[in-house]
Amino acid sequence: MSAPSVLYDAPGPKARARNVVYTVAFSLVLLGAAWFVVSGLNEEGQLDAELWKPFVADSRIWTEFLLPGLGTTLEAAAAAILIALPVGAIFGIARLSDHAWVRALAGALVEFFRAIPVLVLMIFCDRFYYLFTDISPDNRTFWAVVTALVLYNGSVLAEVVRAGILSLPRGQTEASLALGLRKTQTMTLILLPQAVTAMLPAIVSQLVVVLKDTAIGGAMLTLPDLLSQYKLIANNYNNTIPTLIVIAALYIVINTILTQLAGRLERRLSRRNRPPAGVREDHIERQDVHLAETKTGEASGA
Amino acid sequence: MDFLSRYDLLGAFWVTVRLTVFSAIGSLVWGTVLAGMRVSPVPVMRAFGTAYVNLVRNTPLTLIILGTSLGLYSTLGLALADETSGTFLKDNNFRLAVLGFVAYTSTFVCESLRSGINTVPVGQAEAARALGLRFSQTLWIVVLPQAFRAVIAPLASVLIALTKNTTVASAIGVAEASLLMSEMIENEADKLFLIFLAIAAGFVVLTLPTGLFLGWVAKKVAVKR
Repeated sequence: MSAPSVLYDAPGPKARARNVVYTVAFSLVLLGAAWFVVSGLNEEGQLDAELWKPFVADSRIWTEFLLPGLGTTLEAAAAAILIALPVGAIFGIARLSDHAWVRALAGALVEFFRAIPVLVLMIFCDRFYYLFTDISPDNRTFWAVVTALVLYNGSVLAEVVRAGILSLPRGQTEASLALGLRKTQTMTLILLPQAVTAMLPAIVSQLVVVLKDTAIGGAMLTLPDLLSQYKLIANNYNNTIPTLIVIAALYIVINTILTQLAGRLERRLSRRNRPPAGVREDHIERQDVHLAETKTGEASGA
Repeated sequence: MDFLSRYDLLGAFWVTVRLTVFSAIGSLVWGTVLAGMRVSPVPVMRAFGTAYVNLVRNTPLTLIILGTSLGLYSTLGLALADETSGTFLKDNNFRLAVLGFVAYTSTFVCESLRSGINTVPVGQAEAARALGLRFSQTLWIVVLPQAFRAVIAPLASVLIALTKNTTVASAIGVAEASLLMSEMIENEADKLFLIFLAIAAGFVVLTLPTGLFLGWVAKKVAVKR
């Protein structure tokens, strides 16, 4: 087909002329918006070289603020996802249990923690640790943020794991039981490994959500994460806006890398289920692992 | 329990509801426009749509909300309310927060819609083109109505996430539920669990029926294929 998309024909002379008009008009609008921002920043002196110079000339801004902040962000995100994975697996499996009360309990907990904002959980955990434990104040915020993220993302991952297990062909369970494996063995040896592999892209995209959510702890609690560094840097160098832009760029770079990784994993895994070249596809019983459509909970967390 | 009556719980959740509703409407409109741009025949629009979605989606919402206040208002002087009115600070922060939520949530609306467009059979668009419809007509009259019916469930997830994300507005001092929760915990240190349960119950009441209702709608309007 010559048309680049199914939604429109390959442009003829008239459509090409129209597209040129649209291109020019839209570019003007974009330039207008860009001019508003740039001239506004310029008037306030935010584009002055001296506000931006520290980021290249002064290494302390990196070694004392940005990199330690980034370290805390990555630590919190890593701790949260590493703890949330087993928690999610346990609850995902519990929701598929043969015992009704286990299913109901796990279901209620998962739905509860999915319905509550992470910020509310963070505030609660922070105060809970303050009242009932003697963790030092420095660590308290960190673990409060991690706990809140584990509770929320654990329940999201529980749904991911459950969907992953349910998407496996029934024959897997049947064959495993026919071989004489117990229910626990079937789950841990046969179903879970396949489900986790199929869910790997969803887990990596959840990592993006976790990473972004740590910023809530930085702004609202006193977690010394990447975002919260803007106050300290602005105090020293008096450059709030440039700092926020640099911090945003750092977040975007890291999250883009993770998103790309998830996309690559997804493509790679979907290749696995394709029949080898030369085999007529309708002779293969297809198993649909709807990776793209699987409900991954609120992938749009903060 | 009666200490709860000393706080304006309903008022705080009403702010949460208003934040959610205004942001949801805005994100639906702007997200649809973005999705239209991403599939349009004009390369500049496609490039803008892709760049916008990838940049905004990968930025923490907290940073965006802080940016609307520190960047748009404090630096660029973009005031969204009458500066002389007595409630200027409150109104302005509320509207800036809505703007931030729209900017962020629309990227998820756009991506859901785009995957919805992919579920519409190719023949539909081909038939529309064969009838001589232009791109905008093909999209608006034939493809998007079917795409919307396919993405109600994902959009419901986005709406529920948005409801919870509105708590981030407390970063710029909007008096919604989580800000009230911090205040209550500060004053009533011994009632931590009651306060948590009250606030949690509020969010469960907001999100659970929305999810169930939209799940029912999604089944009802799904295109049978």
